[in-house]
Amino acid sequence: MSGVTTGRMAGLAAWKAVVRRDPRAAAGAFLLLAFALVAIFGPMLVGDPQAMVGVPLQPPSWQHWLGTTGQGQDVLAQLVVGTRVSLSLGFLVGVAVVAIGALVGVAAGYFGGRIDAALSLLFNVFLVLPGLPLAIVIAAYLPSGPRTVALVLIVTGWAWNARVVRAQASSLRQRDFVAAAVVSGESDARIITQEILPMLSSLLLAQVIGSTTYAIGAQVGLEFLGLGDVAAVSWGTNLYWAQNDSALLTGAWWTFAPTGVCIALVGTALSLLNSGFDEMSNPRLSVEHPWRAFLAARGQVPARSTPVVKSHD
Amino acid sequence: MTEPLLSVRDLCVDYITTRGPVRALDGVSLEIGRGEVLGVAGESGSGKSTLAQSILRILPAPAVITGGEIRLEGRDLLAMSESELRTVRWSRIAMVFQSAMDALHPILTVGEQMRDTIEVHTSLSPAQVTERVGELLRMVGLSPEHAGAHPHQLSGGMRQRVGIAIALALQPALLILDEPTTALDVIVEREILEQIRTLQRQLGFAVMFITHDLERMLQFSDRVAVFYAARLVEDGPASAMAAHARHPYTRGLLAATPSLHGAAHECQAIAGAPPSLSAPPAGCRFHPRCPLVMDRCRVERPVVKRDADGHAVACFAAE
Repeated sequence: MSGVTTGRMAGLAAWKAVVRRDPRAAAGAFLLLAFALVAIFGPMLVGDPQAMVGVPLQPPSWQHWLGTTGQGQDVLAQLVVGTRVSLSLGFLVGVAVVAIGALVGVAAGYFGGRIDAALSLLFNVFLVLPGLPLAIVIAAYLPSGPRTVALVLIVTGWAWNARVVRAQASSLRQRDFVAAAVVSGESDARIITQEILPMLSSLLLAQVIGSTTYAIGAQVGLEFLGLGDVAAVSWGTNLYWAQNDSALLTGAWWTFAPTGVCIALVGTALSLLNSGFDEMSNPRLSVEHPWRAFLAARGQVPARSTPVVKSHD
Repeated sequence: MTEPLLSVRDLCVDYITTRGPVRALDGVSLEIGRGEVLGVAGESGSGKSTLAQSILRILPAPAVITGGEIRLEGRDLLAMSESELRTVRWSRIAMVFQSAMDALHPILTVGEQMRDTIEVHTSLSPAQVTERVGELLRMVGLSPEHAGAHPHQLSGGMRQRVGIAIALALQPALLILDEPTTALDVIVEREILEQIRTLQRQLGFAVMFITHDLERMLQFSDRVAVFYAARLVEDGPASAMAAHARHPYTRGLLAATPSLHGAAHECQAIAGAPPSLSAPPAGCRFHPRCPLVMDRCRVERPVVKRDADGHAVACFAAE
């Protein structure tokens, strides 16, 4: 291990350090990178996912690696094209939900008073609306398609993030370093972006991950129920058609298992990454690394009390 | 000599950093007798607070205690389990923190926080606890009505008094004061220290008083221990230290402090700065700044030698 690890490092360097030290974050990054590559380049390598290319419901073979669907389409092609649609929609919704939540939450927490009262009322109303049932109702009324699904998930998903950010921001507002920034004449905008948001970065990244996971799951759920565009190809519609073709009854596991595994893997990758984010935005955690390693090498784990290792008596 | 209340022997504490371990306490030995007031002096980073926190085993990461022993009434604190430590913390050893005013919970009243401490460790009835809270507040010069106040309603000095009241709630045998008055003005500081001294005489607890205000410490303490760069350099009765400090560093500290009593003297600074603990000088760590430096000082570490009066010093020139 070399170089200074205290303080904040430039984004990429910090990532390298975290990935090198934390095998969980490394596994998560690797998995997610693999999915990203598939989402970006995969669709160029497989054929038209909608084309009828063979006999329906064939099990995996050399010709069709993951078999064919009830309509005789290639499952692999559908999976790969679905990855692009589902992942991009998941991340879009995840980022949008957190961005709106952060904007509203920081504004409410930082400015307080009437602004806080108005914004709090707003997100409290959204909080009591039951998320998924509302999403189902809205999705049923709007024209079906990925845009509707994204809109529905953003509308029903941002309030919780705003609530959490507001609490953090209003607590940070009271800190001495914010008071010092006010005294030194910094503008509200600068205080929010330079003083408050960096303190929230680990929270916001965790929220992006949580919201993205939720968005992927909810989107698959809505589409599985037939509330998406069933003519499009995505992970959710793959499952919808598998169900429609009675895949479970006929034992055609290859029409739904690959999609299910992918959804689970993406969720896992995002969770694994979370631990890495935590460490990146909290300098204290990375300072503890050599200490933990020192203790581990001597068969000890950190406890509440100062550890005792009598190595040179 | 009877068994001391607290005895520290060859204590070593390391901070494990990315560039390897840094020794924050290097073979420190000292004792505190029952009812004794020990002052601990030294510059920032000399190991004073590290010592205090290692006694309670509350040093935060990346600290590791790497050697020695700390015995309280004969029991080794370094060999204790978490649950054993819990019975020692606060009931036998209590601490007033550097910023005790910030150590109070902002949304609980002072009384509630005091009750918490008492209820966790004793089996008094609610009425008895209330009475004890009032008694403690009176002891530190506040009134029982202050129990209903939130910390922000009290001044810094009052909050510090509350911190002391909470520390004394369980009648500890040892009270550690880690620069308890740094954030207070001199008048409040003096009042509080006098109060502690009075209580100490009444209740008979021992005190470990950490500060960098040497003059104040010499007035306040029975015995004084001086730290320099993670090591104990001198330890002796306060009166003897004031009159005849033996270590050149202690003498330098005293010469650098204007005295409020006794003859006027010109203040003299100690040239240079304390060394970095990640690359300390060989031999005596004070040798690069020492006016009495000898060849031996540059290579050999002076051991702490104690004379018949209990005055100990780690210096070749003083031998």
